[in-house]
Amino acid sequence: MKRATNTRHKPAPAPLPATSEWSFDSIEQYHTEIARVAKDYGLDTYPVQIEIITAEQMMDAYASVGMPVNYHHWSFGKQFISTEKSYRRGQMGLAYEIVINSDPCIAYLMEENTLTMQGLVIAHAAYGHNSFFKGNYLFRTWTNADAIIDYLLFARNYITECEERYGEEEVELLLDSCHALMNMGVDRYRRPGKLSVAQEKLRQQEREEYLQSQVNDLWRTLPAQELRDDERSRRPRFPAEPEENLLYFIEKNAPLLEPWQREVVRIVRKVAQYFFPQRQTQVMNEGWATYWHYTLLNTLYDEGLLADSFMLEFLQSHTNVVAQPPYNSRWYSGLNPYALGFAMWRDIRRICEDPDEEDRRWFPEIAGSDWRETFDFAMRNFKDESFIAQYLSPRVMRDFRLFAVLDDDREDKLKVSAIHDESGFQRVREILSEQYNLGNREPNVQVWNVDLRGDRSLTLRHQQHQRRPLGDSTEEVMKHVARLWGFTVRLETVDEAGEARLIHEAKVERPGRYAGVEVA
Amino acid sequence: MARIIDRRFDSKGKSTVNRQRFMRRFKHQIRKAVSEAIHGRSIRDLDNGEQVSIPARDLSEPILHQGRGGIWEQVFSGNDQFSSGDQIKRPSGGGAGGGGGKGEAGNEGEHEDDFVFQLSREEFLDLFFEDLELPRLIRTQLACITDYKTRRAGFTSDGVPANINVVRSLRGALGRRLALGSPYHARLRELQQELDDALDELGEDSAPVLALRDQIGRVRAKIDNIPFIDSFDLRYNNRVKVPQPTTQAVMFCLMDVSGSMDEDRKATAKRFFMLLHLFLTRTYERIEVVFIRHHTVAQETDEEEFFHSRESGGTVVSSALVLMRDIIRERYANGQWNIYGAQASDGDNWQNDCAVSRDLLTQDILPACQYFAYIEITDGDPQNLWQEYESVRATRNNFAMQRIQSPADIYPVFRELFKKSLS
Repeated sequence: MKRATNTRHKPAPAPLPATSEWSFDSIEQYHTEIARVAKDYGLDTYPVQIEIITAEQMMDAYASVGMPVNYHHWSFGKQFISTEKSYRRGQMGLAYEIVINSDPCIAYLMEENTLTMQGLVIAHAAYGHNSFFKGNYLFRTWTNADAIIDYLLFARNYITECEERYGEEEVELLLDSCHALMNMGVDRYRRPGKLSVAQEKLRQQEREEYLQSQVNDLWRTLPAQELRDDERSRRPRFPAEPEENLLYFIEKNAPLLEPWQREVVRIVRKVAQYFFPQRQTQVMNEGWATYWHYTLLNTLYDEGLLADSFMLEFLQSHTNVVAQPPYNSRWYSGLNPYALGFAMWRDIRRICEDPDEEDRRWFPEIAGSDWRETFDFAMRNFKDESFIAQYLSPRVMRDFRLFAVLDDDREDKLKVSAIHDESGFQRVREILSEQYNLGNREPNVQVWNVDLRGDRSLTLRHQQHQRRPLGDSTEEVMKHVARLWGFTVRLETVDEAGEARLIHEAKVERPGRYAGVEVA
Repeated sequence: MARIIDRRFDSKGKSTVNRQRFMRRFKHQIRKAVSEAIHGRSIRDLDNGEQVSIPARDLSEPILHQGRGGIWEQVFSGNDQFSSGDQIKRPSGGGAGGGGGKGEAGNEGEHEDDFVFQLSREEFLDLFFEDLELPRLIRTQLACITDYKTRRAGFTSDGVPANINVVRSLRGALGRRLALGSPYHARLRELQQELDDALDELGEDSAPVLALRDQIGRVRAKIDNIPFIDSFDLRYNNRVKVPQPTTQAVMFCLMDVSGSMDEDRKATAKRFFMLLHLFLTRTYERIEVVFIRHHTVAQETDEEEFFHSRESGGTVVSSALVLMRDIIRERYANGQWNIYGAQASDGDNWQNDCAVSRDLLTQDILPACQYFAYIEITDGDPQNLWQEYESVRATRNNFAMQRIQSPADIYPVFRELFKKSLS
């Protein structure tokens, strides 16, 4: 492909330092140049805040899911210990960078890295990811970059306060239960309200009182006598529509939770929601950032600013990042989102600038168009699933030699359903797109009914997708749900034919007591 | 313009809290791992951290996810042999050949490794010695202080001549002389002035002049009479005795190596000594260990020989006690040692020797010891030595005894022996 070249003509600036040791000055120089080139390419970003940290601090950041502030929980400790262990043994290098979707966008640079790596990270994180965070519709819709740090600070203080008031153990059990449902605690379609520390604090108390009164209202009527089954099935369900956000439903409706417990559920839910877009844009986001560090640094090289030694080190590490081992390699662990994303973005540019006959047939609307506009449109309006469905080209499928395998547990053998040939492109693309559909990757479990007049039991329904059953930790999760709900919780699974059957039932030993469930 | 912030000197150990939470939460498992680790270690390398492994299942965080089964259709890279419609044998164990659902299966933990991590030395020992304390230790530290160290503490006005501080004393003397002499000096100056006036007016040999000369002479004599140094001026270096907690201990390991003690029993005894030693290491700066083994005669040995050489024959326990007593008198009698005794035996003793042993213990050894522990390693009924020692236990509170049947009993027994209530 053609080198990215800068269209502006300026007197050649002095070359950037080429040492391997970094200094604050040299980082600043690199940043200035990278920022300039990024601006020329029209990348729209949040202001950048670069923070230099040690390896140990990087591990801290790892442990608290990349956030600079987070509440305390043993699972973060576990994460920290295992990261530390593999790092100390040299089994694992730490990621070069962590970047936080906040305004200003915080990019961590690790002290141990060479100057080349710092340059790479600045281009990758501070301009690649940063512009994606700012532009992509999922992030724009679901996260508030300017408030997240504040919110986490609020969350940590609130949870610490709860620990002081109600005991660490009590809070820990509650968090365990919430974490078990974290992935089921996101709104997939509804836009959540804005988060802001000031409002949050103000509203938190009102909410407490209000919610409690709502819940009490729900349970005011004494349980009537047992109803016959047919009568029960005719009674309108509660909630009237199934609710996909389990944590939300629990926060609003669990009868026995204390107000502070509802607030904690809410905090976990908000954090889950914040990370939701990241889970849906891995290929796009990583590919985008990789594409831009590659392009920005190459542009600087073409301008004569970068030394050959810099480029060699950079290219070596870039090559590692975008390596895609074949299915039968011992290093294979699925498709590498960096590799796939990078290849796709590069290919989109090629289609714009230098389309061949095949591209014109497959992508009439972008072939020959202005690549920067096309990029901007694609970056803003897609997630992995739709991005692949829209832009995965036959060329990339051929280069990756993609093929799809059908595994039906009713068949003896696996079947290759499509490969990278003329008849298979469409199918491979569909399958890959489905594979990145979070709705298919995660089980579809929704709140189905609450027995309002009876034993107050909660019924969840699992809608089977492709006859896939639930995994083996389901029983544990059900115990957690029961702990939050306070009464019996049932889980039904609905097969393809629409038949529902009960698969799990978590009973609460002494209904009415919050911690009455034994959870191993 | 970007901000560049150097965070390297910010507070470290943000994860410390989370790590502690983790430790607390899995204390049960970690403690179990620790006591298992003890079984596998030898006495000298106990003082290190420990690799602890916890079954990953115990600390998994459950989530709802899709399990195996049903239909999975997935895309793989690097096709080298397949065409559409090919049938592939289902790889066993989800090999890389493309078993559908492989990616997801990773979540399920088909072959979960244990979660292994390193406890620091402190964490290891803390777990080990939690709520465990040597008896009478506090008493030793608070009451039975036997060692003092002298330290300077300013100056005092009396003491022995060897401690006189010359500079201080002379400074005091000078001050005193100035203070006492100043009225005389003033008077002297006055008289001198008068004398000079009188000399000018009246000349030599007049009566006032002579009188003045006489007075001047007397004042000078008074000045001369102020002593150059007085006992009142003397200052002595002051030294105080500061009680110094004894930081050394000696531990006597007594073991029966007669024919009836087989290798298993010796191993059990060894673990017991090991634990005691470790605890002492933690409490005292310096520890000496004396190994005494005995059958019919007792002998002091080094550690290697103590645990590993084989002897046979009958058992005379008192021989070891006599040797212990002699060693105490010879080497550890100056009151600067905390003496601990630990005896392991199968309880089988020569019948006539039991009473002798008891007397030795009560009269000579226990009074000198901080603590003496006896363990009897036997499967059967208590042996004769046990019965004899029971009477000792009734009268002495720094004596403890326990019976152990297998190595697995060691840890609880150790805790039993040294649990806090005893102190």
